[in-house]
Amino acid sequence: MSAFARRAFIVLWKDFAIERRSKETLNALAFFALLLLFLFQFSLGSDRERLTAALPGLLWLGFVLSGLLALGRSFVIERENDCWEGLLLAPGDKSAIFLGKLGGNLLLMLAVETLILLLFGVFFNVDVGASLGPLALIVLLGTIGFAALGTLFAAMTAHVRARELLFPVLLLPVQVPVLLATVKATEAALTGAPLASVAHWLGLLVAADVVYVVAGLLTFDFILEP
Amino acid sequence: MLTRVFGWLAVAGLAVGLVMSFGVAPRELTQGNVQRIMYVHVPAAWVAYLAFVVVFAASLVYLATRRPGADRVAHASAETGVVFTGLAIAAGSIWGKPTWGTWWTWDARLTTTAILFVIYLGYLLLRGMVDDHERGARYAAVVGIIGALDIPLVHFSVLWWRTLHQPPSVGRPEASAMDPIILVTLLANVVAFTLLYVYFVGKGVRILRRREEALA
Repeated sequence: MSAFARRAFIVLWKDFAIERRSKETLNALAFFALLLLFLFQFSLGSDRERLTAALPGLLWLGFVLSGLLALGRSFVIERENDCWEGLLLAPGDKSAIFLGKLGGNLLLMLAVETLILLLFGVFFNVDVGASLGPLALIVLLGTIGFAALGTLFAAMTAHVRARELLFPVLLLPVQVPVLLATVKATEAALTGAPLASVAHWLGLLVAADVVYVVAGLLTFDFILEP
Repeated sequence: MLTRVFGWLAVAGLAVGLVMSFGVAPRELTQGNVQRIMYVHVPAAWVAYLAFVVVFAASLVYLATRRPGADRVAHASAETGVVFTGLAIAAGSIWGKPTWGTWWTWDARLTTTAILFVIYLGYLLLRGMVDDHERGARYAAVVGIIGALDIPLVHFSVLWWRTLHQPPSVGRPEASAMDPIILVTLLANVVAFTLLYVYFVGKGVRILRRREEALA
């Protein structure tokens, strides 16, 4: 294992260990996901057809809202625990820290998204099992793009006044392509259409993932500077 | 000094543009006088895109060289770009009401422009919220680069999502329906707006430098 990959893995493992022992973020996010479901139900009424039509959008709205909360905290804990200097002093390429953080955030988001999908299956009668494969691919591709820029902007806004406000304001407009692509692809997957019919959207997602991850790797150094 | 020259050139250009828009260019047959809004709308949109490309380039230069000048150019260009994006959206809206019958529609290019507007509003917001000047410049440069990289993605996603806007009429061989006088008027206005952009950025850079000197 190269030094770069090992450094990234150490950061990932550190975040994973913190979360496994404290379960702070995950517990709150699980509760938040449940609340979101109530919120969707109350704001749209009990009309089943309307809910079904809005489902792909609601699903991603749930992912985005819980993702904003999850990612927004990922660098704040470093500050609260006085670990920022530790990150700065870590030897070698700082982009390894970005990769590790991204991996940790990805795991966290995917865990919450699995939970949200399960909840949707139970409460909104979505047959998740029927289109599990395509759905998993779309969720993975969309989450990588979201988490990549989210991790970058979270590191940036950790030092800013009113960060809770600025983080979504910076992240959401840039994420519009990912949101459009995932919602359209999810719509197709839930109606049982073959993935080939949304190949252009998947291509866009892959392109967005590559652009965001590479941009994050290249610019993270400038953000972590003291 | 150079800025002042560009300022007067812009004034002259805008005067020529106004005279041509209202005096020389004929009234369009189907849309009537409403079509004259195009002479503001298209140049404003052009300047907006130009401004964001300059933000991208200046951000790259800043991160590579750390010259404060590049940061000021990016800052001033983003401010100007946001103003002109707003102008383009407002002018398009005023044109859309009588032509399409609605102020706003989620058409591909309208949506793209609106998304650019909010991306760079976020950029300016970030600049205002970071206390440390040098750190703010670095963060803003990163956002400026990512915002520009995002433009093609936004463009294609929104295009596939929905489209209603008429295709652009300049630079396409099949769109020969445009009267040469109208085209010349449009180009005159594009030149005038570009001069105005250069003047605004020059002025903005100077104000930013003075402000930094005053605070230092």
